[in-house]
Formats: sequence, C-alpha cells, structure tokens
Amino acid sequence: MNLDVHGARILFQFGSVMITETVVNTWIVMAVIVGLCLFLTSGMQVHCRTKRQIIAEFIVKKVNAMVGENMGEHFLQVGYAPLIASIMGLSALCSLSSMIGMYAPTSDLSTLLGWSLMVFVLITYNKFRAGGPLGYIKGYFEPIPVLLPFNIISEFATPLSMAFRHFGNIASGSVITGLIYAALAAASHALFSLLPGALGQVMGQIPLLQVGIPAIFSIYFDLFSSCLQAFIFCMLTMMYIGSAAEG
Amino acid sequence: MNEQLWTKAIVMGSSAIGAGLAMIAGIGPGIGEGYAVGKACEAIGRQPECKGTVQSTMLLGCAVAETTGIYGFIVALLLMFANPFIGKL
Repeated sequence: MNLDVHGARILFQFGSVMITETVVNTWIVMAVIVGLCLFLTSGMQVHCRTKRQIIAEFIVKKVNAMVGENMGEHFLQVGYAPLIASIMGLSALCSLSSMIGMYAPTSDLSTLLGWSLMVFVLITYNKFRAGGPLGYIKGYFEPIPVLLPFNIISEFATPLSMAFRHFGNIASGSVITGLIYAALAAASHALFSLLPGALGQVMGQIPLLQVGIPAIFSIYFDLFSSCLQAFIFCMLTMMYIGSAAEG
Repeated sequence: MNEQLWTKAIVMGSSAIGAGLAMIAGIGPGIGEGYAVGKACEAIGRQPECKGTVQSTMLLGCAVAETTGIYGFIVALLLMFANPFIGKL
C-alpha cells in the first residue's frame, strides 16, 4: 500500500520568492470567479429576462440578507456584503477544485492563515471604531484585570482556530481520500489475484475497485464538506466582526 | 545496525505512536456533535417550522465543537508528515 500525502509543490522560484501550486491554483480559481461574475452580469436589464440575471440577483439578495441578519444594517451599508460573498465564493471554489484533481489551495495552511489574518485586522479595526483606543485597551482588563493574559491569548486564538478548522476539515478529507484509494488498490490486487492462471496476474495489476467507490465518499468529503466549511468560515467572520463592533 | 539508525527508528516509532494517541482527541467532538444533532432533531420534531434556523445553528455549533478534534488531527499530521524531531537528531 503506497500512500502519498504531500504539501504544495514549488513550481517556480524567483530568488527567495517561491511560487507554489497553492498560489497558481488560487490564481486559476480567481480567474474562474472573475469570468463567472462577468458572465452572470453581462447584458443586465431593469426587468429581469435572462436566467443568468436571475441567478446573479439571487446570489446578491441572499448575501445581503445574510449580512443584514447576522451583522446589522450598518455593515450592509458600509459594504461588507461583497467581502463575505467573495470569501465564500473563493473558499468554496478552492475546496471544490480538488474534485477535478487539482491541489486544493485550502488544504494549504498558508491560504487560510492569510484569510484569517484579514479577519483579525477587521475585528481589531471594528473594536477600535466602537470604543476608541482606550476602550480597546480596557477590553483586555474585563471582567477583572487578572484575566489579561487569557484575554490576549483568546484574541489570537480566534483567527488561528478559524484557520485551523477550515484547513483541518479540507486536509483530513484529502488524507482520507488518499487512504481510500490506497486501500482499494491493495484490496483489488488481493481479490483479483485469486483468479486462476495468467488472467489473475493481469487482473491483479488493474485496480478495478477504484472505479466508482471513491465517488461515494467524495460526495461527503469534497462536495458537502467544502460548501459547509465555506459557509461556516463566512458565518464566523460575520459573527466575530459583528460582536466586535458592539463593543 | 549503527547507533544513528537506532535513534532514528526510536524517534519515528514514538512519533507514530504519538500521532495515534493524538487522534484520541476525535472522541470528544464525536460525542459532542452527536449530542448537538440529537437535540436539534428533538427541536425540529417539536417545532418543524423552525427547521431552517435550527439546522444552520446546529451546523455552526458542530463546527465550533469540532475545533478540539481538528487540533488533535493537526498534531497527528505534523508528527506523521512534518516531523519536527527527526531534524534535531
């Protein structure tokens, strides 16, 4: 049984700047998203006539409703809805790209750490905006000053746990998929080698059991888990930023 | 076998055992999420009209409850594929 679990491969190297598979695949996904947006919004009319305009309006309405419900009307007007929608689209399509055999950018911790760094900056900014610099510092001494170290730890644990959660779910999916493939190859070798004579020798080399069976697991680990993690990352982003602004 | 190889073998074996032990962390989220889903089923049974809200809240709660298991998984992954101890030999 040979199992190969690897990180992102380095494709190009300019001096000390390394362009890995993660970066290139993220570019591809970004290009796909831009193309999708251009396709959905081309030829828009006041009265909705085409299917793609209905889809575009549906997405915008859903995201606006979600942001308005979870963060409040203020954030909707400041323009957080496009941010949430783009994180969700990028996250979902990045994870789903593993279904066509690409290395999913979300199974690299660096991608998620970048996103959660952005969320951390937004949380801090909103805390500053809500209470001013003094209110921000005072927040660390609540409810009692003894809890200062724990408050600092929990400040950093929030974005870190978001990144780890998303990474862990996608990476565990790819590890389990790899294990299933390796196990099915071993199982079909053991099973078809039982056939008599030369037929058994030939059939034993072909991993016939790998056809179809991994697709069933792929529905959960790739399709369901990818969409769920994108949704959860967005929900947590909205809730943390929303609660930071309340002070 | 020379001494270097023995040391490496012991470190690798211990790392594999450690990775297995780290995955015991999976028990907690399993129990917790099962409990949460059971309660959500009860809530939907009592008030079927709240199905959408209960479902999305349950999924969010499950994701948060999963965190400790994910930490265990990351430790196991580190020990298996990016072992920090072998480099120190």
